[in-house]
Amino acid sequence: MSGMKATRDAYGETLVELGRQNPDIVALDADLSSSTRSSVFAKEFPERFFNVGIAEANMMGIAAGLAHSGKIPFASTFAVFATGRAYDQIRQSIAHPGFNVKIAASHAGITVGEDGATHQALEDIALMRALPGMTVLVPCDARQARLAVLAAAAHDGPVYIRLGRAKVPQVFPEDAEFTIGKGLVLWPEPEVPGRYDAVLEGERRFDVAFVACGITVGLALEAARALESEGISCVVADMASVKPVDEDLLVKIAGCSKAIITCEEHSVIGGLGSAVCEVIARNHPVRVVTLGINDEFGESGPAEALMERYGFTSERYCQVAREILRV
Amino acid sequence: MHKPGNKSQIPFIEQNAREIRADIVRMTGKAGSGHPGGSLSSADIVAALYFGDVLRVKPDEPNWPDRDRFVLSKGHAAPVLYSALARRGFFPEEWLDTLRQLGSPLQGHPDCKKVPGVEVSTGSLGQGLSMAVGMALAGKLDGKQYNVWVLLGDGECQEGQVWEAAMAASHYKLDNLIVIVDHNGLQIDGRVQEVMGVDPLPDKFKAFGWHVFLVDGHKVDCLMDVFRQAMDVKGKPAVIVAETVKGKGVSFMEGEKDWHGKAPNAGQVEQALKELTAV
Repeated sequence: MSGMKATRDAYGETLVELGRQNPDIVALDADLSSSTRSSVFAKEFPERFFNVGIAEANMMGIAAGLAHSGKIPFASTFAVFATGRAYDQIRQSIAHPGFNVKIAASHAGITVGEDGATHQALEDIALMRALPGMTVLVPCDARQARLAVLAAAAHDGPVYIRLGRAKVPQVFPEDAEFTIGKGLVLWPEPEVPGRYDAVLEGERRFDVAFVACGITVGLALEAARALESEGISCVVADMASVKPVDEDLLVKIAGCSKAIITCEEHSVIGGLGSAVCEVIARNHPVRVVTLGINDEFGESGPAEALMERYGFTSERYCQVAREILRV
Repeated sequence: MHKPGNKSQIPFIEQNAREIRADIVRMTGKAGSGHPGGSLSSADIVAALYFGDVLRVKPDEPNWPDRDRFVLSKGHAAPVLYSALARRGFFPEEWLDTLRQLGSPLQGHPDCKKVPGVEVSTGSLGQGLSMAVGMALAGKLDGKQYNVWVLLGDGECQEGQVWEAAMAASHYKLDNLIVIVDHNGLQIDGRVQEVMGVDPLPDKFKAFGWHVFLVDGHKVDCLMDVFRQAMDVKGKPAVIVAETVKGKGVSFMEGEKDWHGKAPNAGQVEQALKELTAV
């Protein structure tokens, strides 16, 4: 694990990288550019940056119009405002016509911290996932965030990218690639370097499989290492592409695991856990335990304290695994 | 610079407005649902735009990058747009008979994925102007000469997003953006001024930094004059508040709020067509 970095920082840098390659990349923000890091793009490309003020609904509409006339707009604000305040604009002006708008929403989840419940988006994945044609990406660290932003720009159609405020450790391996619609097995580590998909191909069976996205991927990896030392065998799959979700990989995981634990910094209603349950129930039922926020709002506090309070710790993940296996 | 058509075209525009009105009555009658009132109130405006050489469009190349954009923000007036597009040759006129039916490209509210010439999907009110601002910004970025025209309802101006967009259009000095407000004074629940007053709209737009024009929305020669003037405005967006009558052209629909979202029955269609073709 190298240095700590927030996914929003990777977003700002990658947006500049894209802006240098393609003059049709434009960015919008609603008075939060210094927080979302779209300010980095604004500094280098002021003529291609539109700060619309505190008017999220209008921002989504303008982004739709820019996409309509050939631009690739990245619209940023906090996830809670992007998806809640402007839901109808995303639905009617962006998703229904299928316009090529990228919504890069930062400060998602409980790790917003001190600002409290009004600023903590815990249902944004559910809202975006329900929209036909919307791609939903939840990167786990800065490296994967960069790859997700590049993939979003290359994808023709609306994309929701969920970014965080907090600095997080790098957990997405240097040699791993990110593809929309593909999950990646990060644990057990590949026997052949780079062959992340090969781990599930043999006859191996596992006690428990963690399917995670965002900051919980690192926690799941920590938990897996600890559980292995107790003799409990684990899979950890990164599922940054929450929609489209990697059905093949999930069915494979269900086929070789006694139980699945989903992990996300989001409500257990409508997010990754729900997406996994839908696939598993249809194809290969095994027990699924969904970990996240249990149908409640968040509260103020330092991010680390909130993580502890709401069960986002590797110890809690280990404990749930042991309970499922009754060991 | 592009100039709209001259005086000699006025009878042609008026004839098309009458035919559009007849289409609106027939289409909604056949569909058994739809919004005739606000379609009829904007028929002269839409006819002037599409048949007075105001909009530079190519029906055989609907996505021509340099075309003028028309955004029907009051998407429930879809019949007026469908009729104008069909008559301009964007799609076969037979489509008009399929309004609101299963499998028809002509959805109850405009769907830009299904109908050539429809720029954006509208129907959830208050969203068209924001999209038009985006189009106008793209035009400025690319150094293109196209204009973006928007038709707003007066009731629609109750939506806060309209004013967010009005603020942005003025902030970005979008003189390639022209809004027409179909000021027919009625909305579903009654008179706009009684439900939730939006007037004086000219003062509001002026305060938001727009160049404001007033016009009789049923006098084609006046509309053409004001369109020309609006296209000449520099450094700010222009809005034309067009005084109209809801249901215009059909005696029993004029000024009646109940015809906002109600279709005429067979007998009413017949009577309406008689009135519209009597001229």
